[in-house]
Amino acid sequence: MGALEHVWGEFASWLPHVQLAHFLIVSALLFAFGLYAIITRRNAILLLMGVELVLNAANLNLVAFSHYKMLSLDGQAAAIFVIILAAAEAAIALAIVLNIFHRFQTVNVDEISSLKE
Amino acid sequence: MQLFDVVFYLFALVTIVSAGIVVFSRNVIYAAFSLLFTLFGVAALYVMLQADFLAVTQVLIYVGGILVLMLFGLMLTSRVVSVDIKGSSVQTAPALILVALVAGSLAGIFYSTWKSVPAASSAAVTTTPLLGTLLMTTYLLPFEVASVILLVTLLGAAFIARRKRKA
Repeated sequence: MGALEHVWGEFASWLPHVQLAHFLIVSALLFAFGLYAIITRRNAILLLMGVELVLNAANLNLVAFSHYKMLSLDGQAAAIFVIILAAAEAAIALAIVLNIFHRFQTVNVDEISSLKE
Repeated sequence: MQLFDVVFYLFALVTIVSAGIVVFSRNVIYAAFSLLFTLFGVAALYVMLQADFLAVTQVLIYVGGILVLMLFGLMLTSRVVSVDIKGSSVQTAPALILVALVAGSLAGIFYSTWKSVPAASSAAVTTTPLLGTLLMTTYLLPFEVASVILLVTLLGAAFIARRKRKA
């Protein structure tokens, strides 16, 4: 119990002073939630929301490192490209989902298992 | 605890809780609207990291573009007659275990590796002109490729989503 209390005491004294690791932990939690959505959701659009959460987590990491490590804005430039690609991905994926809905009358990814009718 | 820390915990809480609602909500409309708060929370964290241009871009593109697109998709693909608006989940128990492992190990690695990083300079900088210069010099080729990708996306999305005329 002593070791656990020691670890907890260290963590509790670290917690109030926000720095790089705080942002990284928030992004790790966002990534985990996105991964959970990708694994468990069966609605194609909710799957896409999980992908957006994962991309946001990656972006948060890039910006946090760019700020705390003085990487001369390279991280922010990479984050801009991630946002551009996320927008493109969302547009194309939603077009495909709408087409799938017209053809199969469902967006459940488990029921969409044939390439041709 | 200073004001910066309090504000950070506020926005981190908003981000994480609404992300949880996105993932665990049974109602897809609730999930979509709490994604709004997640994206706003991430934008606020960008502001705290002095990424002003990225924060505005996040609000414009994610909240104004992608989220509205997803709401359109949800509305257009949920059948009104059968009220198929539930977002069912499968394999929740193994997924929960796996995701908890991933989150715990990631957070542990982050905490132990970057526990004590020297604080960044708090001098206010405007990143927009610097980022513009960077995009026009170092990242010129990716910038041009991104514009071509957006053009292709525009044409492709319009072509795919168009309803085929019955011959």
